[in-house]
Amino acid sequence: MAREQLPYIGAILEAIREEMQRDETVLYYGQNIATTENDPFLQAFGPDRVRVTPISETAEIGMAVGAAVAGYRPVVELYMAEFMLVAMDQVVNEANRFHYMSGGQVKVPVVLKAGYGFTAGWAGQHTGTIYGMFMGVPGLKVAVPSTPADAKGLMTASIRDDNPVVFFHHYLLTLEHGDVPEGEHVVPLGQANVAREGSDVTIVGIGWTVGKALAAAEQLAADGVSAEVIDPRTLAPLDTATILASVEKTGRLVVVDQSTRHGSAAAVIAAEVASEGFSSLKAPVQLVCALDATIPYSEPMEEYILPNEAKIVDAVHQVLSPTAA
Amino acid sequence: MAVEGGAGRELLRTMWRIRVFEERVGQLTRADEVHGLVHLSSGSEGVAAGVCGQLRADDVVYSNHRAHGHAIAKGAPLAGVMAELMGRDGGLCRGMGGSMHLVDAAHGFLGATGVVGGNVPLALGSALAGRLQGGDQVAVVFFGDGAVQGGIFAESVNLATLWGLPVILVCENNGFAEFTPRSAHTNVERVSDVVSPYGLERETVDGNDVGAVRDAFARFLAAARAGGGPALLECLTVRLRGHYEGDPQLYREALAADEWQELDPILRLQRRGLEEGWLEADAPARLEQEARDEVEDAVHAARESPFPPPGLTVELVYAP
Repeated sequence: MAREQLPYIGAILEAIREEMQRDETVLYYGQNIATTENDPFLQAFGPDRVRVTPISETAEIGMAVGAAVAGYRPVVELYMAEFMLVAMDQVVNEANRFHYMSGGQVKVPVVLKAGYGFTAGWAGQHTGTIYGMFMGVPGLKVAVPSTPADAKGLMTASIRDDNPVVFFHHYLLTLEHGDVPEGEHVVPLGQANVAREGSDVTIVGIGWTVGKALAAAEQLAADGVSAEVIDPRTLAPLDTATILASVEKTGRLVVVDQSTRHGSAAAVIAAEVASEGFSSLKAPVQLVCALDATIPYSEPMEEYILPNEAKIVDAVHQVLSPTAA
Repeated sequence: MAVEGGAGRELLRTMWRIRVFEERVGQLTRADEVHGLVHLSSGSEGVAAGVCGQLRADDVVYSNHRAHGHAIAKGAPLAGVMAELMGRDGGLCRGMGGSMHLVDAAHGFLGATGVVGGNVPLALGSALAGRLQGGDQVAVVFFGDGAVQGGIFAESVNLATLWGLPVILVCENNGFAEFTPRSAHTNVERVSDVVSPYGLERETVDGNDVGAVRDAFARFLAAARAGGGPALLECLTVRLRGHYEGDPQLYREALAADEWQELDPILRLQRRGLEEGWLEADAPARLEQEARDEVEDAVHAARESPFPPPGLTVELVYAP
């Protein structure tokens, strides 16, 4: 019997809970968690494995990295992705390099759980879509789930992975509900999902923009345009093979990303396709990104700066137009 | 507590091995056989020996950019360290880490990091792991006085004391943070005073007096093994060489040779051993020669080791 749908955030927490039940080395630390005795994680796993930390990102992430080197699998609750920025040395210069620089002697299975993209009036410092800063960092893996089911499966895979993983969950998806498999559910890191099949154009969405891309594809279908929607699900490793195979079929590519254009994953994906799939392309690649600007506070301005369905549909029409090539 | 007999000879042996090893590394750097950025710990051997000599294999040590002495004192084989510095496949880290990123997991030397202060919270993680496993192992982290002015240090001291972690913070205070004297970094003269509000055990000792280092560290170690929390040991010491090999050191006067003879932790302990009668008259020369022979063997072994295969650069990016 199918169970009720779960919200995206519930699916993530279910993955953490199930992995903590399965493996005693999984720890859950971070800011603003387990602050009351009634906290379900605290009750289930006790204060050794579940603990609130001070607002000391560098020490908290560094300690988790050290515990990972020593054989544990910490999940660090970072609350806001931007809070990682104050601890960048630990994220992009320690955690990710230990396995490599030790010649493979040690491994660092740590998960940094970071909410991002909260473009709902949270203004300039709590809305960043900053995964582009991490996807090119050697040794890090970067997960960007777009659905509750993938959120669970990718979190499970992230905890089991022997490498540091930055798990970006989108705040605007927090309460989006969906079907989530009960019990063990693993979505391998590095495997894109073809979210919708189509033949005229490939639209790659990332995280929150996968839903936007699917909605645009639905609208395009009404106009007789068959759009294929690809969700990479992880940006590192990036499943370029699935994207290239799709572009080989459709000949046209639109990449949708909430990031600023010049710091986006979209730019990297476009470069990979231009470099490896140029002969398949019938039109220049279109990027639908946020403007290269800080997210403003005012609501209509927020809307102006971000990708949306209409912008995606426009971009698709551009790559399909006879003059595009 | 007196340093004597076997323990004294062991400390001397460790210090000579580090001293001679690093002298040789300096020569090999100038000859470009050791090819990269190298920081020598010459002058501070007493801290490495006094601390690491008391640790077990399952105790963990984290170090910084000036790591050779700590690694050797923790048990890393000289040939493995030398081959690493020469970038060879037979190096501790297969030539992937080099001088600033030595790791010898088998001996509990979990690693050296190249960004000042970046290693401190890592040691907290090891200490936490030890506690969670129910063991009595202890984590030690070495850092210089330059690391103390960074936010990461304050964050780590706060968290370590808050959680009562068995980590011993060992500060090698040589008065210089890279190329800058301590007076240009802070108004606080003693690092042990910096941490006073946190309520951890702390002490400042003469880091060139191996016996003093050993005794103070022994007290902290016993407390941490018995379930106590963190402690800070500040060792006032000397960095004989520049910040890195090749540093012209325009920012300071060289230490006079006779002044250094008074301070040198090796000579001091030898003088003491001879005076107190636990060291034979010919032992200093013998210990030095043994170290020289061992270091030469390490150089030969390292030269014999091939460079790593290029494929390793891709293979090691992710753990399988």
